[in-house]
Amino acid sequence: MIRAIEFYVDMIFVTAKAWILDLLSRFLPDWMVVLASITISGVVILCMGPIIMMYLTLLERKLIGRIQNRYGPNRVGKWGLLQPIADGIKMFTKEDIVPANADKIVHLLAPIVIVVPALMVFLVVPFGERMTAVNLNIGLLYFIAISSVTVLPIFMGSWASRNKYSLLGGMRTAAQMISYEIPMTLAVVPAIMMSQSLSTNTIVLAQAGDYDLHWFIFTPWGIVGFIVFFLCATAECNRPPFDLPEAESELVAGFHTEYSGMKFALFYMAEYMNTFTLCGIAATLFLGGWQGPFFPSWLWFFGKTFVLICVMIWFRGTFPRFRVDHLMGFAWKFLLPLTLVNILLTALWQFTSNLAAWFWSILVLGISLWTLVKLNRTFVPEKRHYPLES
Amino acid sequence: MTVFGWGVFKGMLVTFKNFATSYFRKPDEGGIFTVQYPEEREKTIENFRNFPFLVYDETPGKIRCVACGICERECPTKCIHIEMETDATGKPARRPAVFDIDYGLCMNCGMCEEVCPFDSIFMDHAFEVTAVPMSVNFNEVEIGTALTALDQKKTKVSAERAEGLVRHKEKLLKPNEYFQRIRPTLASAIDQKRKAAEEKKRAAMPLRHNAPDGPVPGRENADGQTQPSATQEPK
Repeated sequence: MIRAIEFYVDMIFVTAKAWILDLLSRFLPDWMVVLASITISGVVILCMGPIIMMYLTLLERKLIGRIQNRYGPNRVGKWGLLQPIADGIKMFTKEDIVPANADKIVHLLAPIVIVVPALMVFLVVPFGERMTAVNLNIGLLYFIAISSVTVLPIFMGSWASRNKYSLLGGMRTAAQMISYEIPMTLAVVPAIMMSQSLSTNTIVLAQAGDYDLHWFIFTPWGIVGFIVFFLCATAECNRPPFDLPEAESELVAGFHTEYSGMKFALFYMAEYMNTFTLCGIAATLFLGGWQGPFFPSWLWFFGKTFVLICVMIWFRGTFPRFRVDHLMGFAWKFLLPLTLVNILLTALWQFTSNLAAWFWSILVLGISLWTLVKLNRTFVPEKRHYPLES
Repeated sequence: MTVFGWGVFKGMLVTFKNFATSYFRKPDEGGIFTVQYPEEREKTIENFRNFPFLVYDETPGKIRCVACGICERECPTKCIHIEMETDATGKPARRPAVFDIDYGLCMNCGMCEEVCPFDSIFMDHAFEVTAVPMSVNFNEVEIGTALTALDQKKTKVSAERAEGLVRHKEKLLKPNEYFQRIRPTLASAIDQKRKAAEEKKRAAMPLRHNAPDGPVPGRENADGQTQPSATQEPK
């Protein structure tokens, strides 16, 4: 009985969609039912993206406020719940200013284009059991490919603005996002190796085990992979402490200096939706996706994702911004070798028995971390003394 | 030896502690110290000072100010404008006909309060001052509703708003009871001083004081005419 209720709650969204399609199939020909099925998934994603973005801004402002001993927004509606709507109205009513010397068409296109990949990656995120919009067998590859397109519209916007600060911000974005793409992709490889699939669904299913708790993060390579992936994800969506592209103390507002009103809001929307999907994929790859005991699968997925988002917000409330050379050095000189070691470690784990695997993994990790830290130490010249001749 | 990356975790612990304690700690223990302003207010301390006001004793006619003009001269921003009243014969009446303070200029320094020898001008506590058009009597407007009153009156822009910042005598006058309420310590001390000075003066002029029909020492008689009084003399 309890199992049945659990199953029903778990499948509530899947059942709802099946019910609607069943209803439609009585009046419509088959090909239109297929179209309707696509439309339903599409509409749900198109609505969910912006709504998640709106309430992420509220969550972020609230948490940051608490971290800084403030209340955060609390005047519009109970607990400020209507604040995102008020912000939206404000953004829509603002004047749209285009610089006189800007490339008008590209300036207009950039904020529109940036939302497209941010929405497209929602397709392969497994929100729950049987709740992936499109179960691509190359889902992860698709995700990595699409999310890396985000550099392009940002650079479009910065170039079209004809502004020094924008261009600097765009340059920084390009450098940062391309650099962090590499360790991010390599950090994903162990998960692909162990689940032997690129499909996000299969990767989640590979983490089932007893009590659905056989998550990849409970292995040494999983922890390393997760941490590297998460740091790279933070850098990918330009969040502090990796927010150099929009460093307001150096670049006014970086690539969106010349954007106002809804165009600016679209940049923000893309950023927050990227945050959500990257956290969702991090949860999928290493935290078992929707796998988990007792609760319905979609609750597990959203719970894990929001915990990761809260950690990102926590980062923002804690860390000062990186210096540019430190940022690049961190990606190329620390994360990249670490991910390479991690891939070897995964192979070691696969071909060694359990206890020995733990021993060897920790040994190899310890040695490689120690070496990397030693090699990455900044060179500080010894202070020279010039004793006076007496 | 410190572990590499330990500082990162220490920093995150600090922010987490701040986050968690903001829910239950009191403001002075490191919790949230925001005051939700229009609903909550901090208690105004007695010596808080905002724009000056004029004190009168029993009725608005019994104004303490004698239009000596010391404050006008001492004011660093020259925001006070005084004209002395004259009676029918052209004799100065030792009370102001015009007493304007431009709130747009006043910087709340409190110089006027310090230099006034007649204990007439003091710094007010009312800080919720908006440029209300002259048609709205600011003293009648409840604290915090000034803006609403402004909206209802459908103020004309610019000119009238700037005009609203110049406070005339009628709006500057506030009773001694109000002064007693907002700054009890100073007000009682001044009342005592004034009472003592008056009694000394009475003792010095027993005849005049004891005469039943003689003029009462004070600035004013029934029809509002002022007379020079002992208490008004500079001490």
